[in-house]
Amino acid sequence: MIKVENLHKTYGKNEVLKGISTEIKEKEVIAVIGPSGSGKSTFLRCINRLEEPTSGDITVDGTVITEKNVMKVRENLGMVFQHFHLFPHKTVLENLIYAPVKVKGISKEEAIKEAENLLEKVGLLEKRDEYPNRLSGGQKQRVAIARALAMNPTVMLFDEPTSALDPEMVKEVLAVMKDLAESGMTMIIVTHEMGFAKEVADRILFLEDGKLVEDSTPEEFFTSPKSERAKEFLDKVL
Amino acid sequence: MFDFTSVIPSIPYILEGIGITLQIVIFATIIGVVLGILLALCKIGTIWPLKWFAEFYTSIFRGTPLVLQLMIMYYAMPQILGFNIEVMPAAIIAFGLNSAAYISEIIRAGINAVDKGQQEAAKALGIPYAKMMRDIILPQAMKNIMPSLMNEFITLNKESAIVTVIGALDIMRRAYVVGGATFRYLEPLLIAGVIYYVMTLVLTFLGKMIEKRMRRSD
Repeated sequence: MIKVENLHKTYGKNEVLKGISTEIKEKEVIAVIGPSGSGKSTFLRCINRLEEPTSGDITVDGTVITEKNVMKVRENLGMVFQHFHLFPHKTVLENLIYAPVKVKGISKEEAIKEAENLLEKVGLLEKRDEYPNRLSGGQKQRVAIARALAMNPTVMLFDEPTSALDPEMVKEVLAVMKDLAESGMTMIIVTHEMGFAKEVADRILFLEDGKLVEDSTPEEFFTSPKSERAKEFLDKVL
Repeated sequence: MFDFTSVIPSIPYILEGIGITLQIVIFATIIGVVLGILLALCKIGTIWPLKWFAEFYTSIFRGTPLVLQLMIMYYAMPQILGFNIEVMPAAIIAFGLNSAAYISEIIRAGINAVDKGQQEAAKALGIPYAKMMRDIILPQAMKNIMPSLMNEFITLNKESAIVTVIGALDIMRRAYVVGGATFRYLEPLLIAGVIYYVMTLVLTFLGKMIEKRMRRSD
């Protein structure tokens, strides 16, 4: 479903991604793990071209992403950010229906119905008319997930979705993500939540210094990592 | 020293100037805001000829006296255009073009102050640039912009008094005319001063109301 071929990204002289290739199948849940500065967020952001790759191809559903088709492809790639980035001047409901109505051209009534369904799923239907600034971090992130889902994407990208949250709010966001994984959504999750990765992911991608060092199942990765670097990393975080 | 009795009959005449002043200020502000937004978009954009033009425009209009721009518009433009420009259009255009330069700087700063994550979120949802600017970025920028914009509006309201040099019958000109007719300048000029001051107070109050409304989502 997503194919990454020899992805390089350089900022000035700093090579952040040094040739990453991998393939992600439909309904797979991928956790991208690695020390900070390893390039995992950049890797994710290259997939929907929030960062322009220096070289390498990314194919989504058989189409190579180019500058021309990227807007269309993004509609199918939902993204959730560390800092939510909800639209503060729009209510929760307006946040959810804006893109479906204005980008996809869905009728407002239909978009509202769908938005209410999604809000119910993330447990925030009663907040539909609130402004984002009145919500807690965990609630904001659940709204952000619902907003991305409102576009009916085929893949969801998560960029450290719980890193900016107070500890007591991490759980509610992970619960929503777990539900989503169980419903069969294809997901790529950059995360520091090892427990969550172990439990929910089908595959772990371990990045270190811009390279894909390990690509294995959670069992393999957490019990018997192949590389020295992954071992060192796990020793530090677990 | 003060003798308002001879000026009292002329007060309505001076007050009528409010309409003229407001016309100039309101239409000039509309031109200024619309053009200012366009110039600001050129400045933050990546198309270098537009960027260069917008920077050049701003530099010219900020770098020369407003009264010069006004006089060029009224007295010198007919030489180029081949027809005369009425006082009011000349005043409105000159003030509009001038405030566009200032407003574009205000708007540029306001847009740049909006969290970059907002653009990323919009991009990630596939929202095209124009819609993103119109519906996501500018409304948020407006909140940063509003206080400075109101300030510009108030400045414009006071500065509009210089249209008197091209003979527009605004508050200032009327006070001067009454002074000339009655040979008493102090009283009509004081009245003009009070009118400008009250207008400034009203505009300041309106600005506060608008800001309050815009903070609804905080």
